[in-house]
Amino acid sequence: MALVRAGKGKSEILEQTQAVVGVNNVSLKVPKGAISVIMGLSGSGKSTLARCVNRIIEPDAGQLLLDGEDYTTCTPGRMRDLRRRRISMVFQNFGLLPNQTVIDNVALGLKLRREPLAERHRKAGEMLEIVGLSEWASHLPGELSGGMRQRVGLARALATEADVLIMDEAFSALDPLIRTEMQDELLRLQTTLHKTVLFITHDFQEALRLGTRIAVMADGSVIREGTPQEIVIDPQHDYVAAFTRNVDRARLFDAASVMVETPADGQGGQFVLDDAGQVAGWSAPGGAPASGAYIAVRPDTRLIDIARAASRGRGPIAVVDDAGRFRGRIPEEALLAGIAGDAETMKGTRPDA
Amino acid sequence: MLDPDQVYIPLASWIQIAIEWIADHFRPLFRSIRWPVDELLNAINGTLEVTPPLLLIALFGLLALWLAGRRTALFTVVSLVFILLLGIWYETLTTLSLIATAIVVCVVIGIPLGILCARSDRAWGILRPILDVMQTTPSFVYLIPVVMLFGVGTVPGAVAVIVVAVPPLIRFTNIGIRGVDQELIEAGIAFGATERQLLWEIQLPQALPTILGGLNQTVLLAMVMSVIVAMIGAEGLGLVVLQGLGRLDVGRAAVGGIGIVLMAIILDRLTQAVADRDPRARAGQSRISGAFARLFGGGHRRAEARLEASLDSKT
Repeated sequence: MALVRAGKGKSEILEQTQAVVGVNNVSLKVPKGAISVIMGLSGSGKSTLARCVNRIIEPDAGQLLLDGEDYTTCTPGRMRDLRRRRISMVFQNFGLLPNQTVIDNVALGLKLRREPLAERHRKAGEMLEIVGLSEWASHLPGELSGGMRQRVGLARALATEADVLIMDEAFSALDPLIRTEMQDELLRLQTTLHKTVLFITHDFQEALRLGTRIAVMADGSVIREGTPQEIVIDPQHDYVAAFTRNVDRARLFDAASVMVETPADGQGGQFVLDDAGQVAGWSAPGGAPASGAYIAVRPDTRLIDIARAASRGRGPIAVVDDAGRFRGRIPEEALLAGIAGDAETMKGTRPDA
Repeated sequence: MLDPDQVYIPLASWIQIAIEWIADHFRPLFRSIRWPVDELLNAINGTLEVTPPLLLIALFGLLALWLAGRRTALFTVVSLVFILLLGIWYETLTTLSLIATAIVVCVVIGIPLGILCARSDRAWGILRPILDVMQTTPSFVYLIPVVMLFGVGTVPGAVAVIVVAVPPLIRFTNIGIRGVDQELIEAGIAFGATERQLLWEIQLPQALPTILGGLNQTVLLAMVMSVIVAMIGAEGLGLVVLQGLGRLDVGRAAVGGIGIVLMAIILDRLTQAVADRDPRARAGQSRISGAFARLFGGGHRRAEARLEASLDSKT
């Protein structure tokens, strides 16, 4: 530990002590009720970090705080209690007991905290219903497909009603199609459950889809942390840039990120607003006021959908909020630049904006 | 110069003296070891002998039917009737009680020791070389200290059987528990299992097929040894063979041999069926021929070595 504090490198320490520094100097705030993604390639220490969070691996130094409670050095009894009621986990290879039925697997956490059988099965049954596997309750995990098994793993983690969920490469062992399906499932569940999720993955696309915030890890340290859009716009780091290069921006960015806020386009055309700030219409250069056709999109509409709408319809694009108030317009070149990933032309940096 | 006819290190007499010393000074200890074995053996043998033979055969048939299916059940019933007709019924029961006693004691000793070894590398480090020596030592060699420490008869015979039969059970229990998927252990810990819950809810159930494979090995070793201990006066089928040999009565010896083979096949099929009830139980396949090859030492650790190798490559 002294070597780490002295700032020695990972390979140097390995040479001197035969000890591998798994995770070093990582400081993360995991916001309540959101999905925080830790993304890194194998060996970057992301799984070690995840296991430090519920102390399956004991950190040698540092602090773990849950709602302000420092549980880094709490008694084994208190730690068990946290694991039984506050922090649960989903595993890469599901970690299901092959000789127990699906419902008993889901009830594992409840059994370990010694709830009566009827209660266990009632709660586990509810969880199976949530993940859509009720009719499989009395089957063995071996009879289920990979995606279904991970649903069982998810149901097991939800059954303890823990509010913190560690998902270690939870979807990495699944086929691409099933993986996407499970990502949707997680996002769907999250809209009602609002768990605090710490999601570990090596897949940057997955990180972008799921993460409210993403932390990119390399060699045991976090090298970039932020929202998906922030990271893609400004990777700050060659290593991170290597991931962001191939990102499908059209599906990541929304109207708000490329729009300009002025109603006029500087070439004679402009959106006409009424007193409430709502769009009354488009005045084309030389045309009648507020008579031109236009396309309205929401601020959170993805660029891909805007591009689709633009290719079908005619006229300029207006961004309007839920109440129909004008928020901005999207010039064609800004839309294209947004999709192409040209940071210079993004919001606020355009010379004519 | 060293004279080949001269003994320079009188190891033989040293061992003799050491064993005599132990026998003299620890007699109460060996008596107290003998006592539970004696009681158990008498209880089992007594029960078997007072049960009407046909009822016993029917019970065994039902047991075989339940565990292993129709074919084994039929074989069991026919074999036992044949043994009854051969006139070696009581000898067979004695051998069966001997084996049953040994199995009970082996389970009571072996499984906890195996668990201990799985949980502590230090315990395994100590026990492993001892097991290696125990399993490579020819079974005959155990007879001498057993006679000196426990005397002669069926009960010392049972003690010798236990000593020979217990190592595979310890090994397989250890391997089985150590081989449990790391992710399952982590799942247990992550959901707040105590050490005890981890053992009972996750490790033992997952290791059970391997442990039962070890039990099968133990049963077959006990079968083999139960014959050998006839040489120190244990009764049963072994004694029939030994008496046959002593009197050059080939017929009698052969009858004893047939009884032993039939018993061994029945026991193997039944314990194998128990181990195979779980489809995941693939560890510790064993065959009768293998069991008898073990009698002469050497090759009897192959299956375990394979298991251990696969375990090493996994971690």
